[in-house]
Amino acid sequence: MRERFRRFIPSAVRGVIVFLLAIPAALADWEVNLMEGVTPISRDTFELHMIIFWVCVVIAVVVFGVIIYSLYAFRHSRGAVPDTSMLHSTKMEIVWTIIPIGILVAMAIPAAETLIRIEDTRSPDLTIKVTGYQWKWHYEYLGAPDDAFVKNNFGFFSNIDAASNAARQVDSGIDVYEIEHYLRNVDKRVVVPVNRKVRILLTSNDVLHAWWVPELGGKRDAIPGFVNEMWFLAEEPGVYRGQCAELCGRDHGFMPIVVEVQSEDDFARWVTEQGGAAGGGPEVVVDAGGAMTTADSGDGGAGSSAAVDMDMSFDELMTRGEAAYLTNCSACHQPNGQGLEVGGFPALAGSAIATGDLAAHVDQVLNGKPGTAMASFAYLSDADIAAIITYERNAWGNDTGEMIQPADIKAAR
Amino acid sequence: MSHTAEAHHDDHHDAPTGIKRWLFATNHKDIGTMYLVFSLVLFFIGGAMAMVIRAELFQPGLQFVDPGFFNQMTTMHALMMIFGAVMPAFVGLANWMVPLMVGAPDMALPRMNNWSFWILPVAFSLLLSTLFMPGGSPAGGWTMYPPLVMQTGDAFPFLIFSVHLMGMSSIMGAINIVVTIMNMRAPGMSLLKMPLFVWTWLITAYLLILAMPVLAGAVTMLLTDEYFGTSFFNAGGGGDPLMFQHVFWFFGHPEVYIMILPAFGIVSQIIPTFARKPLFGYDSMVYATASIAFLSFIVWAHHMFTVGMPLAGQLFFMFSTMLIAVPTGVKVFNWMTTMWKGSMTFETPMLFAFGFLFLFTIGGFSGLMLGITPADFQYHDTYFVVAHFHYVLVPGAVFAIMAGVYFWLPKWTGHMYNEKLGKLHFWLSAIFVNVTFFPQHFVGLAGMPRRIPDYATQFADFNMISSIGAFVFGASQLLFVYIVWSCVRGGEKATQQVWEGAEGLEWTVPSPAPHHTFEVAPEVK
Repeated sequence: MRERFRRFIPSAVRGVIVFLLAIPAALADWEVNLMEGVTPISRDTFELHMIIFWVCVVIAVVVFGVIIYSLYAFRHSRGAVPDTSMLHSTKMEIVWTIIPIGILVAMAIPAAETLIRIEDTRSPDLTIKVTGYQWKWHYEYLGAPDDAFVKNNFGFFSNIDAASNAARQVDSGIDVYEIEHYLRNVDKRVVVPVNRKVRILLTSNDVLHAWWVPELGGKRDAIPGFVNEMWFLAEEPGVYRGQCAELCGRDHGFMPIVVEVQSEDDFARWVTEQGGAAGGGPEVVVDAGGAMTTADSGDGGAGSSAAVDMDMSFDELMTRGEAAYLTNCSACHQPNGQGLEVGGFPALAGSAIATGDLAAHVDQVLNGKPGTAMASFAYLSDADIAAIITYERNAWGNDTGEMIQPADIKAAR
Repeated sequence: MSHTAEAHHDDHHDAPTGIKRWLFATNHKDIGTMYLVFSLVLFFIGGAMAMVIRAELFQPGLQFVDPGFFNQMTTMHALMMIFGAVMPAFVGLANWMVPLMVGAPDMALPRMNNWSFWILPVAFSLLLSTLFMPGGSPAGGWTMYPPLVMQTGDAFPFLIFSVHLMGMSSIMGAINIVVTIMNMRAPGMSLLKMPLFVWTWLITAYLLILAMPVLAGAVTMLLTDEYFGTSFFNAGGGGDPLMFQHVFWFFGHPEVYIMILPAFGIVSQIIPTFARKPLFGYDSMVYATASIAFLSFIVWAHHMFTVGMPLAGQLFFMFSTMLIAVPTGVKVFNWMTTMWKGSMTFETPMLFAFGFLFLFTIGGFSGLMLGITPADFQYHDTYFVVAHFHYVLVPGAVFAIMAGVYFWLPKWTGHMYNEKLGKLHFWLSAIFVNVTFFPQHFVGLAGMPRRIPDYATQFADFNMISSIGAFVFGASQLLFVYIVWSCVRGGEKATQQVWEGAEGLEWTVPSPAPHHTFEVAPEVK
């Protein structure tokens, strides 16, 4: 027994030394800890995390220390004789019940204080309504005529950036290390002012999602039919990245969140660019491509389009359609229109819907197909829907030659 | 005496042999063996799914599987491991050992025992068949949260029905264990003389009876929402998607303890045996187990701190969750004191028990951290959580099961297993379970969410280490199969007591334990 143990020691010691040497290197190069973040809440949370961590470390050292000492001292092979004189001790049981309770109470007080602060969402300087979609985020800045920054509502979708999206396809052949901020980049960032209390109102259009940017503090679920609240106050300008944190289906891993914290002046300029600064006007909808359109309905993204009155050429529709298809449809139906059998997502190339009756095709896109993952895409602009349908009817050898105009979509709604 | 016993045995020689012996089995030892073999098979099926997951996560980018299939793998891995591997393994150990430990000739309800086992292969065949269906297996996570689970394809009714079957099997198994323990103990064995494994199983059985019907209710509501036009969880119809989570975790948290209390019991049998010293603080161990069981029903919402509960609710669930650390601590301290001034040897069961003691405690620490609500807002749904529950389930529950198997294998087979290979199996498992799961703490804290098939490049290094650990850990388990197989086939003859420090009724019957034991009830003290 001892002989075997002695032979084991050199290799074990060597392993431990290699491991210990690796620790400083690991700490230098690799993230091993929670990010402290840039908000008062994230800093308080970080502090709580470190306190409870060190409490655990101290308890571990004591408990494991005693066990390891016992392993050494009370070995049968060292001739240890069992001492059965004491088999229970009420006094000891009370001691090791009371001491942990004391530690826990000491922990619970600062934790409760922080929690109370986290839940205080009163008097924000800016409110953004965030809606989760499979698989993108919609941001709507809620304005008021007397608001310091945002006079009228404006909103936009935020999708994963095109470079990451291309690289993340199975066997894309693209080296993901070449992509800047792979899977943590979007086509349009959320912009907020520094040192201002920003309230996030969270909901969902379909399934559960969760909105999480680690450096801004914790996460919150987006639940259809509910509006959840959270807030943050970023103290340092910069770009902070996160992603959806609640399983939401196939592309759960591909709905990043990027928040850019700007100075108040820069933020005010940005709001003006988005059309959110002019008081009292109709809602302005900015789609992810940057084209600004005026909506006549106040329900967020589901507006009509400035392009309604003008006919688009076939080429225009196809170009816009390809981009909009890749953003909105390709996750399931795939960029090549072949669908995905393992996911139950049908091919569009040569399909009855995409080559048959045009009205049925429009109906499917606007209203979805009940009982399947095909949701309604009515929230897209008329121009996008027209472009997507035209694209789907003419790409991948579908060659129907048919096209549809935004005005027809408006009529079909 | 021995003559009468043999004469009695003759009555049973017309018992079915071959396939009928197993199909129509009513003997607790046969059924226990079937449960254990079944759980080992499912452990490897679930393990193969884990290998797919770790292979995809080996480096960033998608190399092998579609993200939808990845979600099917995470969902099915959890269902296989929880309901197929860990729970049936504990029921198998209970079937074998509870009658032997309380001096009963068999389980109280042998025919129901047969039924509760044979439901399981049916349930899992149904569930596994969904892998070959259009749309594939369920991919909404084992927690089956609506509305996502409603997007399951043809697999949906199979998922619900198989969960119902698993629940029925567990409830029947639990009733059987309660009735056996309450009614069939040998004369003189009062409740507070029962071995701790029996005690923890008694409490676990009550948890099962209370918790499993709640799960059945939750999934039935999913079923009616899908097919019968109800709107329990559909906000569009006036329902509440969050209610599912409350109902599910009212089952789900006791379920966590269903998978760990019997492990406590096994460790409480093994440590005193190899420390050659009775368990320290037996009574408080029993009370601590009962306290944990009680607390398990009032902490469920700590699984859902981020759903936006009222502040008072969050505070209540934070405090009640932190309280669980107290009875759990009591157990660890009592095991620690049991070893103090003992006389320890380190055969394979003891090694696995030590692995349990150290690594389960680490899982307990991360659990305590997760209980701090503000910190949980950062940890929730990250790999930190994945690391936490794998620490309590793999080196926790699974190590305890393996410790139990090595501990009782000589009693079951009449042979000693290969000690050298057993120790090798332990060291490979103990080292690589840490290589697999420890780095997951780091990537989780650094911000990697769970249930994603691909990740940002800053998480790549630790994920690669974790995958390597998982592959070696997985391969090491083949050694376990070989050790068990060769022990069944032959080996050094085991004595009746098997282990020098072993005490209890199960060690008073011959090795291997004959088909029928304690036909005449033994007298306890």
